[in-house]
Amino acid sequence: MTRKRRRLYLLLAGLASLAVATTLVLLALQSNLAFFYSPSEVAAQGVPEARRFRLGGLVEPDSVKRQADGVTVEFRVTDTRASLPVRYKGVLPDLFREGQGVVAEGMLQGGVFQASEVLAKHDENYMPPEVAKALKASGRWKEGEGK
Amino acid sequence: MHRFANPARFLRIITAILPWSAGASAALLPLGLYFALIGSPPDYQQGDSVRIMYVHVPAAWMALAVYSVMAASGAVALVWRHPVAELVAQAAAPIGAVFTAMCLITGSLWGQPMWGTWWVWDARLTSVLVLLFLYLGYIALVNAFDDPTRGARAGAVLALVGLVNLPIIKFSVDWWNTLHQPASVARLGGPSIDPQMLLPLFTMAGGFAAFFVTVLILRVRAELLRRKLRVLRLAQAQG
Amino acid sequence: MTGGGFWTMGGYAAYVWPAYAVTTLALIALLLGALRGLRQAERELATLEGSRARRRAPSASAAGDLA
Repeated sequence: MTRKRRRLYLLLAGLASLAVATTLVLLALQSNLAFFYSPSEVAAQGVPEARRFRLGGLVEPDSVKRQADGVTVEFRVTDTRASLPVRYKGVLPDLFREGQGVVAEGMLQGGVFQASEVLAKHDENYMPPEVAKALKASGRWKEGEGK
Repeated sequence: MHRFANPARFLRIITAILPWSAGASAALLPLGLYFALIGSPPDYQQGDSVRIMYVHVPAAWMALAVYSVMAASGAVALVWRHPVAELVAQAAAPIGAVFTAMCLITGSLWGQPMWGTWWVWDARLTSVLVLLFLYLGYIALVNAFDDPTRGARAGAVLALVGLVNLPIIKFSVDWWNTLHQPASVARLGGPSIDPQMLLPLFTMAGGFAAFFVTVLILRVRAELLRRKLRVLRLAQAQG
Repeated sequence: MTGGGFWTMGGYAAYVWPAYAVTTLALIALLLGALRGLRQAERELATLEGSRARRRAPSASAAGDLA
């Protein structure tokens, strides 16, 4: 075996073991790397009250209600299987829409998710308004459904 | 591979490529800028803020592509000890670092109006930040050695170790819940971006790639001259 | 074809323009940095080779003894 050959095999072996090690670490960290939890995960795991976490899902259509004070908003976050009521006081991002993705940070209090921060999560679809209108008119696509 | 190992021949090849890559960048970048800012429609959800995509996404692609070039050259330098491969890896690193920083800054400027935050520690954003530190660490490590060949070898090992980060960046949006949206272009079932928006995206990406090749060639040439200088000075010092 | 005017960027001017400014400046800096490095290396090499040629010219045997 020439020295070049040996160096090549050593390099490939090193890369392979590195890949295996990284995969194992990532698998072990799987749940901790989640940025947010969906309403069904929250329902399944039974998160204790007053523990901070992030809740993510779609804003349930026709669930957004603004309170009389003008800054408090209530809405439901759904993943189509389960949903949770959310209460938030503050400025919402531009992309906050019914049917669109949202990630809220806060904690459960009396069955209601008290959010201290609400971020919008957009989907991977990009198109001009006219195309979106045409797609909706033809019934091929509905807002918030993704693809 | 061995045909390119000869520095003189390599210099001839890159000198022949230079006018083409410079011409392509000079044509594609202004054209991409026109498509991005004027010749493309706003997004149905994001309005005109979607135009940030046309610099953010090509910068992200380049950040990953340049790292691949750097790691591949590093591997060739380690295994076959080709001095030219060493030079390419070292010349690519600062360019990749700039593209990564560009991706993070434009992403932040896009995230604030759309998501409602400049920065979140989700898997995608964090793994791209790690990429920036890999680039910076590589540059620091290579320059930490007095002997350029030893520096290049240490750097190549770091670049290869950091290679695991590339699939993590690419698939982070599929493997974990992230605030960052999933892939739009490179995905099964074709891109989910309207053709009118793909045009500025691909024009810009082509411009960025041609620009990278141009700057890389200039930097490799400068580095070749510096190596020559080193040899001449050593010869002079030894008399 | 913009949603709300070219300069206002439909209200996103404060984000779109800085993003393009950062990109443009970064690309210009990369190009100028690369060109400057190349020019400097070329200059240094020319000086070095010039001095070698000068020293070699008067008497070829003496060149390289003292350096």
